[in-house]
Amino acid sequence: MTILEISKISKRFGGLQAVDQISFSVAQGEVVGLIGPNGSGKSTTLSLIMGVVRPDTGSIKFHGHEIAGHPTHAIAKRGMAMVFQHSRPLHRQTVLENIKLALLPDTIFQLFTGRQIEEKARSAARRVGLEGVLDQRPDSLPFADLRRLELAKALAADPAVLLLDEPFAGLAPSETREFSELIVSMRDAGQAIVLVDHNVKAVSGLVDRIVAMDAGQKIAEGTPEQVTSDEKVREVYFGKSLDTVEETRDRSHQISDHRLLNVDIKSVHYGQAEALRNIQLHVDEGEFVSVVGLNGSGKTTLFNSLLGFVEYRGDIQWDGQTLRGKKPADIATGGIALCPETRELFTHMSVLENLELGGHALDNVDRRAQIDRVFELFPRLRERAKQSAFTLSGGEQQMLTIGRALMQKPRLLLLDEPTLGLAPLIIESISDALDKLQHESGLTVLLAEQNLTFAVQHSDRIYLIETGSLQWNGAADRFSEEVGADIL
Amino acid sequence: MTRTWFDWKTGVVVLAFAATACLPWFVSGYWLGVLTISSYVAVYAMAWDLLFGYGGEVNFGPTFLIGLGAYGAGMCNTYLGWPVWVCIPVGTLAAVIGGLALVGPALRLKGPYFGLVTLVAVLLLSQVINMFAGYTGGEIGLALMDILTISSTGNFYYAFGLMTLTALVLRILVRSPLGLILEASGQDSTATEALGFSVTKFKILAFVVSAFFSGLAGAMTVFYFGTASPGTVVAVAVTIQIIIATIIGGRRSIIGSILGAVFLIVAGEFLRPVGQLSSTLVAVLALIVLVFAPNGFISVFGARRERKA
Repeated sequence: MTILEISKISKRFGGLQAVDQISFSVAQGEVVGLIGPNGSGKSTTLSLIMGVVRPDTGSIKFHGHEIAGHPTHAIAKRGMAMVFQHSRPLHRQTVLENIKLALLPDTIFQLFTGRQIEEKARSAARRVGLEGVLDQRPDSLPFADLRRLELAKALAADPAVLLLDEPFAGLAPSETREFSELIVSMRDAGQAIVLVDHNVKAVSGLVDRIVAMDAGQKIAEGTPEQVTSDEKVREVYFGKSLDTVEETRDRSHQISDHRLLNVDIKSVHYGQAEALRNIQLHVDEGEFVSVVGLNGSGKTTLFNSLLGFVEYRGDIQWDGQTLRGKKPADIATGGIALCPETRELFTHMSVLENLELGGHALDNVDRRAQIDRVFELFPRLRERAKQSAFTLSGGEQQMLTIGRALMQKPRLLLLDEPTLGLAPLIIESISDALDKLQHESGLTVLLAEQNLTFAVQHSDRIYLIETGSLQWNGAADRFSEEVGADIL
Repeated sequence: MTRTWFDWKTGVVVLAFAATACLPWFVSGYWLGVLTISSYVAVYAMAWDLLFGYGGEVNFGPTFLIGLGAYGAGMCNTYLGWPVWVCIPVGTLAAVIGGLALVGPALRLKGPYFGLVTLVAVLLLSQVINMFAGYTGGEIGLALMDILTISSTGNFYYAFGLMTLTALVLRILVRSPLGLILEASGQDSTATEALGFSVTKFKILAFVVSAFFSGLAGAMTVFYFGTASPGTVVAVAVTIQIIIATIIGGRRSIIGSILGAVFLIVAGEFLRPVGQLSSTLVAVLALIVLVFAPNGFISVFGARRERKA
């Protein structure tokens, strides 16, 4: 029986069509997986269903009632619950009180809680396996238990539909299994579940149906097998099929055996979640090295460790000297420039001003010369020199991000997902620019990518990360035969 | 709630209140006056912390509510000649109505804009008071016909009683299911909405309760001084005092707000001999407290913030 019917919902944020005419339905006792790369609009879709964000157009029918545009609390009262990716429980209250909160009536006329609520809260805790820690405070719980707590809160009121945003993010493999079992038991109890994940492998054994999204649109729907073998889905995740990569780009740049970067990270923790463990990698002067893996595997965390933005156990050596305890600004001045995934442009400044700021450490003559070099590399930026950064297209913004990093005259360029959300043609032009850079200046590059085609094309060597650990490393031309299509 | 309502820490607090209630037998009228003012400021601070600490909203206009209570009560007394015990409820009502009129539009805005709207409300009120100086007394203040009592002991008990009542009501409120929902709303309003609570409703409730106690304390303050003047009940300096008291005492703690208020006023008195410097010194002291105990005095007592299960 169809319980949730979503038809043609759309949402636009400024210039970005985040969700574009998405339709799908969910039946009672069914688990539907919403997958797609970062920025594909899957989390926004979940927020639209829950009413956290209002859809611009389209209809959402829940039990046959139209709920599109209704306030979140009204939708929740109809029997919808959502587990958010980032949980913020009440830290001064116990686990039991946190669960009770979810069961309280929405009225201002209550000074005491009833017996019933206490019992219901306890039973919700039992369902998720929290009965042993009811009297503890959330900050003493391990990460997985915090997740359980959020799940218990969502389950407590026995919702008909449960929305889960990245339920497995940050969990260890054994915990992921336990959570999958929990989700299956909820489905068997008749609940309908929609879960968002970027990791197809993690959910394919669990979900009955997958809806795949890219750039706000639905690109495939069907059983996990159908979707993972879908040509379009594979292309979105990996770029063009690996077999079609022609052996190609001329890799005849100079590589010295001077070890520029040597990483030996034992672990990185975000609160209770372990984001990276035992990462050893190195980059020689002049090399182009890629770190590939799905979103959430730890690539960005690796970059943040390199620049000293997060704390890590282990050591990172730059040009023979440790980076431990150095400030991000000093590391950047030392010759490492980052192009962040989120770009972080100064959006209200012009293209030229962004570049000038990037080269603030240079003297006037040098700066002018370096700007000219960037403009040569990306002629589009010269045309747009006087425009504000936020008026640029996604591709142009990416060019500017790279250009601004080059203004620091780095010895090592860190590129975080430069192809994210870009059209093939734009990716092509960024590819060309990177080639040119390497040939002309012998720049060393460390790239984090989930677009494998792009990574294989450019790299000398590749490291594959999955859920925070290194899975494979080797020369780029061995990648497709040794790892190949196994990752999806 | 499974929490015990009476643990040893509660015992200490009750003893402290009882001891304070005996002070008129031991200290001079001057110090009773200081404690009277401290008590009123403590009520302002507790009412403010209900919004800031629990509701997660920074209200830069506590003196809008206090001022409405003060001038509402004061003008009833001066122009209508109503007795004190009628004027005080009228002033309180004025604060609640004014608060409701303000909070409706203000809560449509998120984050810093809510604070800005409340700040503008205070500025408007002080403009109005100055514009109609003929009726309000302007900067000089409005002289009232009556006062609460001339006895310093009586005044102390009125203020101390109000403070005790406020602390009791707010404690019951924040430890009730309502308090739980309010705290959750303040911490993560989206997630709280997703649990089925209309967050706005609870924030409005908090604002009304805050307005009620602010207005009541404002009205009683003017009948203690015998005048209503912008400097004592409307000025931004009063707002700053309230904010500092709450923060150095300890956010999200009723006793903390009281300690903060008493500290501020008493320290100000001790430093009176240094004249103009005193407010600077108090500010420096407050800064030192914040550096060494960022969660306020109350965190020094450690476990006081942690509730027993």
